[in-house]
Amino acid sequence: MKERLNREAIAMRVAKELFNGAVVNLGIGIPTLVSNFIPEGLTVIFHSENGVLGFSSTVNQEEIPEKADIDFINAGGQYITSLPGMCFFNSAESFAMIRGGHLDIAVLGVIEVSEKGDLANWMIPSRGVGNIGGGMDLAFNTKRVIAATEHVTKDGKPKIVKKCRAPLTASKCVDLIVTDIAVIEVTKQGLVLKELAPGWTTEEVQALTEPKLKIAKNLKEIEL
Amino acid sequence: MINKVYESFEEAVADVGDGSTIMVGGFGGPGGFPYFLVKALRDQGAKGLTIISNNAGGTSLTLDFDDLKILFEKRQVRKMIASFPFSPSASRPSPAEKQILDGRVELELVPQGTLAERIRAGGAGIPGFYTPTGVGTIIEKGKEKKKFNGRIYLLERALKADYALIRAYKADKMGNLVYRGTARNFNPVMATAAAITIAEVDEIVEVGELDPEDIQTPGIFVKRIVKVKENPGFPRHTERKLR
Repeated sequence: MKERLNREAIAMRVAKELFNGAVVNLGIGIPTLVSNFIPEGLTVIFHSENGVLGFSSTVNQEEIPEKADIDFINAGGQYITSLPGMCFFNSAESFAMIRGGHLDIAVLGVIEVSEKGDLANWMIPSRGVGNIGGGMDLAFNTKRVIAATEHVTKDGKPKIVKKCRAPLTASKCVDLIVTDIAVIEVTKQGLVLKELAPGWTTEEVQALTEPKLKIAKNLKEIEL
Repeated sequence: MINKVYESFEEAVADVGDGSTIMVGGFGGPGGFPYFLVKALRDQGAKGLTIISNNAGGTSLTLDFDDLKILFEKRQVRKMIASFPFSPSASRPSPAEKQILDGRVELELVPQGTLAERIRAGGAGIPGFYTPTGVGTIIEKGKEKKKFNGRIYLLERALKADYALIRAYKADKMGNLVYRGTARNFNPVMATAAAITIAEVDEIVEVGELDPEDIQTPGIFVKRIVKVKENPGFPRHTERKLR
């Protein structure tokens, strides 16, 4: 039977890309969920651009009255919890870390991603306006950018396109695309389909993807 | 003896003139946002302001409270320089975005890291700097480009202001500041980049009581300090240690 990964499962698959000691920034949306699925035994250092490194998970809704602190949030405005070794810094230093290439992985949301790895994710298409926030600095300057997204829009249109129509966040920045039906690597030769969600065929994924996909020799089913 | 303490927020912002450029600390939520200073500025009524801040208010990312939106509600802003000025929710547009879309407020949209560094440069006497962020996007429009080691960079120019309204945790009477948690955000850089920096703080202590190792904003950057005396209309931080 054909299945689509839900948002949590997309985040679980992204989490498999993390490594011990990785400095990681998670964007708003599906990327935020990645922090709930850190593989056991790994120490991952989360960075949030408002000025904190080494925090733990977000505060659950029901724990807010007891644990929420307005001086302890992530860049998405969620209350966070602490880990030993956590530290704070100001916005200029936070972006010096990003611009200076000190972050290993950024997981970012997607409006469109192109076959060259161009990312468009800041302008809200229905409104023609949007927030750039820290996303542009992250996309331009992080060593590895992972795009985490549903494969198609709510209307069923491909989000993986030949050329982005929405305004770009950064060109040629995305290294890996993790969707609800596939894992696709961006290479100099084009997009390489590496993993399929259970029950999906390469033809079915191709039909929902604008650019031509190359098929990896060791194509396999997504494992979580 | 130097004493920078002002008794009221009203006195601290009394001289802000029409057309001033004002930096305002904060990151969308109440943490690090100079709530009482902004309220006093609203009541003081200066108009035609240019506001430099990460957000433009009314986006309720953490919780809904009287943030920068109150300056837009009173039509005091002419220009906004920000990285995150729009509400993420189309059904709840912020007062700022309505005025931006109407053309009543001019918007300069800046990537957040570029915004922070432009302010840092302003405070550090650097007129501009090169950053890769924005090359090939709408951000590059009208900007000089230069190649360093094979990569293209944009020239971005420093920002300075007439006033910076900032939020800190503790001050001594010389204006030395310490912050708390992620409330730091833009506040320490903004403190350096304005002619007159005004800090809203939870506590003011005698000179000598702050550990010099802990001071994050040296007092020479701060001209006025005002202590928060009443509870704002939203939950304050807990007194819990952040660890």
